[in-house]
Amino acid sequence: MATSDFTLIQQQGTSSAHVINDFSINVATVNGSGSQSANSVLLKSIFGMGVPVGGKNLFPSNIAGQPTWFLIRASRDGYLARKSVSEILIAMNPETAQTDVAALPTGGVAIYEEKLDQTLNLAQSRQDVTFYPVPFDKITVAVCPEAKLRKLVRNMIYVGVTAQLLSIDLEQVESSLRWQFGKKQKVFDLNFGAAKAGFEYAQQSLTKSDPFVIERMDKTAGKILIDGNEACGMGAVFAGVTVIAWYPITPSTSSIEAATSLLKKLRVTPEGKATFAVVQAEDELAAIGMVLGAGWAGARSMTATSGPGMSLMAEFCGLGYFAEIPGVIINVQRTGPSTGMPTRTQQSDLLSAAFLSHGDTKFPILLPGSVRECFELTQAAFDLTERLQTPVFVLSDLDLGMNNWISEVFDYPTKPLDRGKVLTAQDLERLGSFARYHDVDGDGVGWRTLPGTPHPKAAYFTRGSGHNHAAAYTEKPDEYQAVMERLARKFESARLLTPAPVVVKNSGAKVGFIAYGTTDFALRESLDEIQKQYGFEADYLRIRAFPFAPSVAEFVAAHERIYVVEQNRDGQMSSLLKLDLAGAQSAKLRSILHYNGLPVDAQSITREFARQEGL
Amino acid sequence: MATATSTPKLNHIGLPILEYRGGKSTLCAGCGHNAIAERITDAMFEMGVEPERVAKMSGIGCSSKSPAYFLGRAHSFNAVHGRMPATASGAAVANRTLKVLGVSGDGDTASIGAGQFVHLMRRNLPMIYIVENNGVYGLTKGQFSATADLGSRLKTGVINDLPPIDTCALAIQLGATFVGRSFSGDKKQLLSMLKAAIAHKGTVLLDVISPCVTFNDHEGSTKSYKFMQENDEPINEIGFVPSFDDIEVDYDSGQIYEVEMHDGSNLRLRKLLEDYDPTDKANAVRTLMEASSKDEILTGVFYINTEQPTFVDLLNMVEEPLATLPESLTRPSKAAFEALMADLQ
Repeated sequence: MATSDFTLIQQQGTSSAHVINDFSINVATVNGSGSQSANSVLLKSIFGMGVPVGGKNLFPSNIAGQPTWFLIRASRDGYLARKSVSEILIAMNPETAQTDVAALPTGGVAIYEEKLDQTLNLAQSRQDVTFYPVPFDKITVAVCPEAKLRKLVRNMIYVGVTAQLLSIDLEQVESSLRWQFGKKQKVFDLNFGAAKAGFEYAQQSLTKSDPFVIERMDKTAGKILIDGNEACGMGAVFAGVTVIAWYPITPSTSSIEAATSLLKKLRVTPEGKATFAVVQAEDELAAIGMVLGAGWAGARSMTATSGPGMSLMAEFCGLGYFAEIPGVIINVQRTGPSTGMPTRTQQSDLLSAAFLSHGDTKFPILLPGSVRECFELTQAAFDLTERLQTPVFVLSDLDLGMNNWISEVFDYPTKPLDRGKVLTAQDLERLGSFARYHDVDGDGVGWRTLPGTPHPKAAYFTRGSGHNHAAAYTEKPDEYQAVMERLARKFESARLLTPAPVVVKNSGAKVGFIAYGTTDFALRESLDEIQKQYGFEADYLRIRAFPFAPSVAEFVAAHERIYVVEQNRDGQMSSLLKLDLAGAQSAKLRSILHYNGLPVDAQSITREFARQEGL
Repeated sequence: MATATSTPKLNHIGLPILEYRGGKSTLCAGCGHNAIAERITDAMFEMGVEPERVAKMSGIGCSSKSPAYFLGRAHSFNAVHGRMPATASGAAVANRTLKVLGVSGDGDTASIGAGQFVHLMRRNLPMIYIVENNGVYGLTKGQFSATADLGSRLKTGVINDLPPIDTCALAIQLGATFVGRSFSGDKKQLLSMLKAAIAHKGTVLLDVISPCVTFNDHEGSTKSYKFMQENDEPINEIGFVPSFDDIEVDYDSGQIYEVEMHDGSNLRLRKLLEDYDPTDKANAVRTLMEASSKDEILTGVFYINTEQPTFVDLLNMVEEPLATLPESLTRPSKAAFEALMADLQ
């Protein structure tokens, strides 16, 4: 039955009919219209009301003029995944207004430009939706005499209207605007004027007849709002990155921009000299080459990219694997294959990252599942890449990277940087000599020297061609094979050095779930739904790295069936797990997949789980 | 006490030439690349460069193997095909105290790595880039490269019908600040040019014609020893006086173009081509294009600019290598971190 709970409640017309702090707002605009700051202010205002909130920008791969949707989800229970339906629509784009209205659930709300009634008959199109016509154009002209600024100001009016309708304090909107525009007083005045005009219009001319309200809570006190790309950039800066080489690509660009702006602020000596270098390369081939050149020379180096860029980095990564050179590669995944949908999300670069280059290559991968982990695992990647002397991937995705997420405050790192096994001139004096790829410690990782080390015995020859333990050229079968076996040993060492999986729940249930990255948000919500709707208890383990820690296989062994939930078509994590698990164990794996480019939502997981379980 | 005859000659930092040598060459006997390796050895020795301060960078191909044959005391990085510029850039930025020396071939430079080559030139990264140019792919048995001259003939009789890429003209146009061409068989010219290159601050591009004795040294080739001996047209005679030498030479200033190098060395170019001014970029490119249309192989220093800031200058970095900065300089303070967190609340 299509009727949702709140229409029933609404019909009762009592004060208990309110739907409090648990709904989604869909702001439909045209990209390039400057709606971003309006949406941020609305989001931040709900955050300021103490209500857990998340924003998702569903934007086109285009500069201006194409439809964009910004989803704001308020959730008193703290669910941050995308909701499959939004109850409130702010229809600012005439081109999509009709379909946007059609997508509203029964009992939904539409705030829209009243003029659209003449052309689109919006209010007549649904009887089960509450319509709030607003003369946006008229109000805009009144508050903004300067014609060229009107396009931007117009959006701030819907912030005011929506705030009033949802019972968000105007003071809260005001302080969010302060946060958004900082010291730019003129900009603030203009925008606050617009928001206030919208607020007052709603107060005077609209009659609240829908159930949705924001009520003050205390669930966001001390929390931060940040996107994953900024968190990755921050992680790099606090991990002491010294060389960044990159090539712009959506959706990773803002991670480098965030890092660069922090570096300029925090990593300049009192004499005005930079303790870093950021190089915009000519392409991703050059970017990864610079990263490896710098890593070879001893710098903490990194790049950030997305699918197409990572494909271009394949050859160099193979060199990094075989010649054993550190470097961090952040891949903010977008929808593939090929150019795919550059502004949509997916988790579909897992397998290609794991085995990126030709020959027997494999790479450690870290899988942040929150903005906090973007910060922490980016730091971990730098320690790991130098400790293991191999390129290390951090796989984020567009949903995590480019959307704002509420989070606990991050922690300042307490562990000193791990710069790995590096011999100095003094070490060489003591040792007399060294062999670059000799497994002195039995962990598969040799000791290296940095170019410029002032000792006659420091030099060695780095090459991607066949070499022996002393870095000399070889085509001898035994010498080559010994190097390959040691590299495999080194990868085994990585299992215990990479971040361990998080056992979210292991209560002895028959069914277990495995997920990673942003799927976590929807899966947690879905597990609650599954429990509520079907009384079904399931366990859950979240993977945070490849190669897998032994506890992953133990979790699989402890359950009858394992659902691997991920955002790609081919069940890439399942495939990786199957390579690792014993035959009987891998037969336990089932997949729940979501790969249409939108962030996965809880309802989709619940539905597919129920179908497979026959519930 | 050793007699005068058995005492090896030491350079001005007290090292014998032996300390500048590398491993035994595995290239063909008579390969031009071997002569270039010897000249690099001589130049580094004579200039008194600390071998450990040099980073030898290369790509893939016969040329790119050659860093193994000189300066055994220097770190070396043999990267992937055509990508030497990227690794060299990363190393140069990570440790600005390194003397970065790239050795690459014409396949690396003018074909697979052409993109990286042009962007390196435009950045004026402080490094020496030597193209060991033989006009053919040796390791795959003698196909033409993109520097092969129009009308040049392979052993198999195939005639090259595409125009060559002139890496020197490209480099000058794009922003390299020391550009010259030499011939592996011209010991004196190549050595002087390499010494001046070591003294230069900025990107040095040296295109060194280096005959492939196996695949491109026959009649009809324009990159053979014979062809170069007959057609090499030096535009200037290179005299280099390093900063640590106090030699006063009398010369006719009208015939000499004198360049004061960044480290105090002097580069004296005796004009063989009338009134050639090696600081005139447009004229340098025009001279190369005109020579090409007349099938002349010009050698010498075509262009020099000692004023242009390097890529490392533009990055405004601390003097010490980024690679070994202590944690106290690379991890911002807790107070700075807390301020960031407060901004996000």
